[in-house]
Amino acid sequence: MSEIANTQTGEISAPFAKRFGPWIFLAVALIVLPLIFSSNIAVYTMNLMGIFIIFALSYNMLLGQGGMLSFGHAVYFGLGGFMSVHFMNYIEYEVVVLPMFMLPIFGGIIGLVFAIIVGSFSTRRAGTVFAMISLGIGELIAASSLIFVAFFGGEEGVSGDRTMGPVIMDVDFAQDIEVYYLIAAWAFVTIALMYLFSRTPMGRMANAVRDNDERAEFIGYSQRKVRFISFCASGFFAGIAGGLFAINFEIVTEENLNALTSGVVLLMTYIGGVGFFIGPIVGAVVFTLLQTVLSNHTEIWQLYVGVMFVLTVMYVPQGLTGIMAMHIPAYRMKRLSGLVVPYIKAGIPTILMLSGIVSFLEMVHHVRAAALGETMMSLIGIEFDTHTVMPWVISGVLAVVGGYLTKSQMPQLREAWEQANAPLDSGEGASS
Amino acid sequence: MFELLFFSLLNGIVTGLLLFMLASGLTLIFSMMGVLNFAHASFYMLGAYFAYTISLYVGFWPGLIIAPILVGLFGALVERYGLRYVHRWGHVAELIFTFGLAFLIEEVVQFIWGKDTKAYHEPEILQFALFTVFGQDFPAYKAFMLLISIGIFIMLLMILTRSRVGLIIQAAITKPNMTAMLGHNVPLVFMGVFGVGSALAGLAGVIAGPALGTFPGMAVVLGSIVFVIVVVGGLGSLGGAFVASLIIGLLQTFAIALDYSVSDLLAVFSITTEADSALRDLWTLSLPQVAPILPYLLLVLILIFRPTGLFGKRET
Repeated sequence: MSEIANTQTGEISAPFAKRFGPWIFLAVALIVLPLIFSSNIAVYTMNLMGIFIIFALSYNMLLGQGGMLSFGHAVYFGLGGFMSVHFMNYIEYEVVVLPMFMLPIFGGIIGLVFAIIVGSFSTRRAGTVFAMISLGIGELIAASSLIFVAFFGGEEGVSGDRTMGPVIMDVDFAQDIEVYYLIAAWAFVTIALMYLFSRTPMGRMANAVRDNDERAEFIGYSQRKVRFISFCASGFFAGIAGGLFAINFEIVTEENLNALTSGVVLLMTYIGGVGFFIGPIVGAVVFTLLQTVLSNHTEIWQLYVGVMFVLTVMYVPQGLTGIMAMHIPAYRMKRLSGLVVPYIKAGIPTILMLSGIVSFLEMVHHVRAAALGETMMSLIGIEFDTHTVMPWVISGVLAVVGGYLTKSQMPQLREAWEQANAPLDSGEGASS
Repeated sequence: MFELLFFSLLNGIVTGLLLFMLASGLTLIFSMMGVLNFAHASFYMLGAYFAYTISLYVGFWPGLIIAPILVGLFGALVERYGLRYVHRWGHVAELIFTFGLAFLIEEVVQFIWGKDTKAYHEPEILQFALFTVFGQDFPAYKAFMLLISIGIFIMLLMILTRSRVGLIIQAAITKPNMTAMLGHNVPLVFMGVFGVGSALAGLAGVIAGPALGTFPGMAVVLGSIVFVIVVVGGLGSLGGAFVASLIIGLLQTFAIALDYSVSDLLAVFSITTEADSALRDLWTLSLPQVAPILPYLLLVLILIFRPTGLFGKRET
């Protein structure tokens, strides 16, 4: 309690720049980004990023803030998408008159309605029971979507046309960049809302229930109600993300609500870091980049993502954001500069090792997958023949030497790390 | 009608017992560690692929022995160096770890063996019809699957209830600390049970590979169904897993075999429906159509109304 009180008073007295700085930065970044990265592929990537950021943040309301592990979160995302695309068609056929940018609200509402239905029985318990119910519901809806063709459109899904809405201020969403600003606006609003939600007493109670549900009950809060409210809010925001997805791609299929999408959102949220509010944002950005950039260069990018995910779960359960946050104490004590040299020293051999391993995997994949007789492949611009010995030797040497050097650098790195994080003589900052 | 029932019953039992081979390992592992192993069906897939590769060189029969052993060893390694390490981050991290592992194994299998279905066949000696009733053949390989599954079930039951090892395992499951006090190496028991459970899943893969196809999606196809069985039967109850496996196996085969639809039901009560109403899909719903969702419906209903499962004693 004292900690909460501290942070609250700290915030109120905090200067304007500190309180609103991140938000102004976010808004400026959202406006400026497409001016810097203006190519089609960049705008496409950023659109996807914005959608996934909202989706991953809504997922983290469950996993990170509420302690509920869901394997069926894509249900709310997908249903939101389907609802929005249906409304898109209603607008086109002038059944209802609505501006297009309102669509995600309907996605959010159906996400909310479904979350209320499912949450009414699934939030009784957290842990394995909740995870299993979410899995069951996920499979149930995904399988039903192939049966109820009238709503889900069967295997080809439902498509619409976003340009058919009433034109407001010359914006008809024919260009991707217009959709970008729509997504950016929605992302800004929903990020702010979700952040504010985590700051309300309700959001704090969600954390309390996650950490110790029994104690929360003894204080007088119903753990079930707390979970239920988090669950509903999460379903609502997932539905909004689904609505934006529908606007961006103009098609929603069964794929958007099946187990694979549920797995993807878990993956990016976890890689980003579930313990921090910005964790899912980092995760969504990194995952989308991996997905669009890496998949352009290699066919086995999912293998890399899988390895990265398992390694994250094993060794850095705090995620990428956690790694960044680990440096805050050293930064506060102005000792971050002492880490630069050891990082470079350990980083170069690590890159060598990774490039050795990656090139080995790529060559194996090339030998297996390439057309018969095609033995030439290129990696980062270097052309070579995979059916000669030399490339294999080089990649092997890279991996082994890199690995050995990395290992030999580890003690030094650890020492530097401990030095940088050693408590100050006055004892200040030691506890943080 | 009778012939349909007869064959559906047989096929249902074969499927059910196959599912039990997976579910038995999973439920033992769950009652031990409190972690539902998402990668369990991946071990099943690995079993099929290992056996396929072995069968290319030395034939089907050695694969039947070697592949499950390899999978078991791999499972033991996963427990020793993966799960035991992740345990320090708590249960949710363990669950996510096995989830990630399942994802990774699928990618690795695609990387090594490719995306297409492998030509993994039953041995020639079993390629004949065992008997023919009502003009329909019952393949000998299915009988072989049945035999192996029943043999494994009896063996498992014997080991767990009649042997010293079984006693120690049961003790380690219910009271791990007390068992450790008595001088038994409980982590070793955990690793062993995890390994044997994985090996059973691998064996199921070896014998199911020729019948159901060996392809990278085979783990996903069966994975969630096995969860349904473990939860419906009661987490940690071997008998429950057995009953639930048979229920699910029969449910699936019968739902596919019996072609009734809602419109048939409505016709009995002479209710007519409009052909183009928004609910038209509901009126034409047929049993084979809903067959894939029945297990999940059962899962959700069980979790709502009887969270302990059919035979389970504790909730999670």
